[in-house]
Amino acid sequence: MTVTYEPPREMLRLEGVSKRFPGVKALSNIDLSVRQGEVHALLGENGAGKSTLMKILGGIHQADEGRIVIDGTECHFAGYGDAIAAGIGIIFQEFSLVPYLNAVENIFLGRYLTNRFGLMDQAAMQREARAVFDELGVQIDLGVPICQLSVAQQQFVEIGKALSLKARLLVLDEPTATLTPNEAEHLFKVMRALRAKGVAMIFISHHLDEIFEVCDRISVLRDGANAGHAEVAATTVDALVEMMVGRRIEQSFPPKPQPAPNGRKVLEVPEIQLVKDGPVNRFDLHAGEILGFAGLVGSGRTELALGMMGADRTHRKTVLRNGQPVRLDDPTQALAHGIGLLPESRKVEGLITDFTIRFNISLNNLGRHRRAGVVDTASEKRAADELSRRVGVKAPGIDTRVATLSGGNQQKVVIARWLGHDCDVLIFDEPTRGIDVGAKAEIYQLMRELTRQGKSILMISSELPEIVGLCDRVAVFSGGAIVATLTGDAINAGEIMRHATSSSPSLPSSSGSPS
Amino acid sequence: MTATATHPTPPVPAGGFFTQLRRSTAFLPLVGLVAISVFMIVATDNFLSVSNLQNIALQSSINAIIAVGMTAAILTGGIDLSVGAVVALSGTLASGLMVHFGLPPVLAVPLGLGVGAVIGLFNGYCVAYLRMPPIIVTLATMGIARGIALIYTGGYPIDGLPESFAFLGSGTLAGLKVPILIMLATYLVAYVLLNMAPFGRYVYAIGGNEEATRLSGVRVSRYKLLVYVLSGLTAAIAGIVQAARVTSGQPGVGVGFELDAIAAVVMGGTSIAGGRGAIVGTLVGALLLAVLNNGLNMIGVSPYLQLIIKGGIVLLAIFISREARR
Repeated sequence: MTVTYEPPREMLRLEGVSKRFPGVKALSNIDLSVRQGEVHALLGENGAGKSTLMKILGGIHQADEGRIVIDGTECHFAGYGDAIAAGIGIIFQEFSLVPYLNAVENIFLGRYLTNRFGLMDQAAMQREARAVFDELGVQIDLGVPICQLSVAQQQFVEIGKALSLKARLLVLDEPTATLTPNEAEHLFKVMRALRAKGVAMIFISHHLDEIFEVCDRISVLRDGANAGHAEVAATTVDALVEMMVGRRIEQSFPPKPQPAPNGRKVLEVPEIQLVKDGPVNRFDLHAGEILGFAGLVGSGRTELALGMMGADRTHRKTVLRNGQPVRLDDPTQALAHGIGLLPESRKVEGLITDFTIRFNISLNNLGRHRRAGVVDTASEKRAADELSRRVGVKAPGIDTRVATLSGGNQQKVVIARWLGHDCDVLIFDEPTRGIDVGAKAEIYQLMRELTRQGKSILMISSELPEIVGLCDRVAVFSGGAIVATLTGDAINAGEIMRHATSSSPSLPSSSGSPS
Repeated sequence: MTATATHPTPPVPAGGFFTQLRRSTAFLPLVGLVAISVFMIVATDNFLSVSNLQNIALQSSINAIIAVGMTAAILTGGIDLSVGAVVALSGTLASGLMVHFGLPPVLAVPLGLGVGAVIGLFNGYCVAYLRMPPIIVTLATMGIARGIALIYTGGYPIDGLPESFAFLGSGTLAGLKVPILIMLATYLVAYVLLNMAPFGRYVYAIGGNEEATRLSGVRVSRYKLLVYVLSGLTAAIAGIVQAARVTSGQPGVGVGFELDAIAAVVMGGTSIAGGRGAIVGTLVGALLLAVLNNGLNMIGVSPYLQLIIKGGIVLLAIFISREARR
């Protein structure tokens, strides 16, 4: 599993690292070896365990088993501070900079240099900060709050901060995700310069072409376990995708209808552009089908779906419902046109957890249970009872608070809400996130059942098996654009990953093939 | 029973009257009210006399009426600081219309109420549609409404109100003072609105999870707007009652009323973060504060010390209700 020979200048070695979170084994028996002066790529799908592993390396999580060895000495990190002291610097996707302080103040945050009067020694700090940035070869305006700097410059400030803390191993967690190609190129130049100085780097990216451009060796994680190691010079894109996707234990998905449903178009979106100069996309949804929105986290799937139904603002869009142009400016209008949403985060966006099942189900159709201006509770109870049976909510009764339900049952309550409104276009955003395997199978069955009744489902999912096992058609996203629409046998993990990891040409109107 | 079967019908009932009462957010405030009343019965001679009880209800009426709209605002996660100034504005406007323009009370009172609703509409528009923070918006309109009342009156009380108007403040119907009846009627309407009408469900839903409510297709902005209109309206009702009680439209009245109303709402068990609470609890909270006032006066506690005691009791109440919820 590990590298074939013991490198002389190994800087970091992780041995058999395992981590368990309540109900789920996040990492099992991970090995990783990083040498001095190398850029080591860490690859894997969403949820493969990359971030968890890096949080363990940074002392933010503690491993249940396994060892962290730095320069031959075993280390125990109780917190991020310990990891910094050991020479590790992590550049997280969400920066840990204070937006209204300038670069110098950020770099020295918590360890300000003082003069003999106990005041901040601005000159000394400026000098030191400038030296760090000169070494990186970047120009940073030290006088302005860093929120006025570009994302790329903020990243350089983060890197500079880590280096001024004497970091010898930098972890870069998807640093290019928010950069333009030119900025990414600049970052690579800085990375090469650091490599030449002997700094080791762990580079996380979903863009395989970047891996080939800047990395030396690669480790791949899959489902929280080692999936292989490789030298960049001796591998190919296909081999990497194979490692990332692997052979999977097939889950029990309901059989797909054959041939694929190709009914009338219940929803046509001939053009939708979320922001000015952003990619223009188009897609259609047919009666009785499950259309998948696949892609990496942050590839713009949720944004497009929410923009389509009017929950978020869009720059420009045209939506046809059953052939008729409709205005969808807010969720209320979407509801009026029979479009319902099962949001990504059920507790934050889907449910009122203090409410009972009944109240949550009837939330948006109280109008149907009104008599003389007040809620007709008898009719409301009848409807809620019938709907929650239909979707199979397991609970003592409809007056149970949803906060006490399991994730799967909570999800069913949200689904029941839309069925109560006779919605026949349903947007399911990560419908099985955080729910157990049995409940997942039930949700899959329910989704198929709904499409058999003629409803259409647009499912956004980061779980490839779910996309592959359930969808009749799949739109693959990369960089905010639909880069491919797959049908039939083309719906397989390898094909989807290949499209999802291609660096998209994020030019306007470069949309992928629609239906 | 939860493993395989879906719910058995009939669903587990919510329990009898006492179970429901015990689960209500108004339960602890009620216990507090009873406890303090028992203390006052023991500590004073005629706390329990009919005239004293009526007196307490009368003293609580204006605060209790204002607290109705405040409850709705707080339930949505907002607040309305402009209510005290609206009390002054609606009272002076109605008084001015009667005294200076000779309008009969039947016309002047609705116009006085209308001005409260308009202030509420403005608050609601800023909060719901312009997405400004309620505490800032209503702090601003608090100053604006007070300023209008002062300009309108030139800073002097408007006296000489007709007797038919004074009836609203000091008349008696069926053995009860009219302000008490107005208070009860306001609570009855609010109870129906908040517990039986769809409006109330949306108010609780917005306070419980505004984003989920919006994404489910409920017109959140519209209902938030209505909540502030309701708050302006109940403050205006209180303003009319206030002017009728003292038979004078006073531009300086109502300073600090917003704080008393907030105290009543919070003492009544409603969460300041929104989503949880009950209108009945607010009535209990307002009565509790009035009992405290009345009792401490009867015992002869100095007004200065009373302030400290009341502040301490508010803190204690919040602490107890938090601990009890764990």
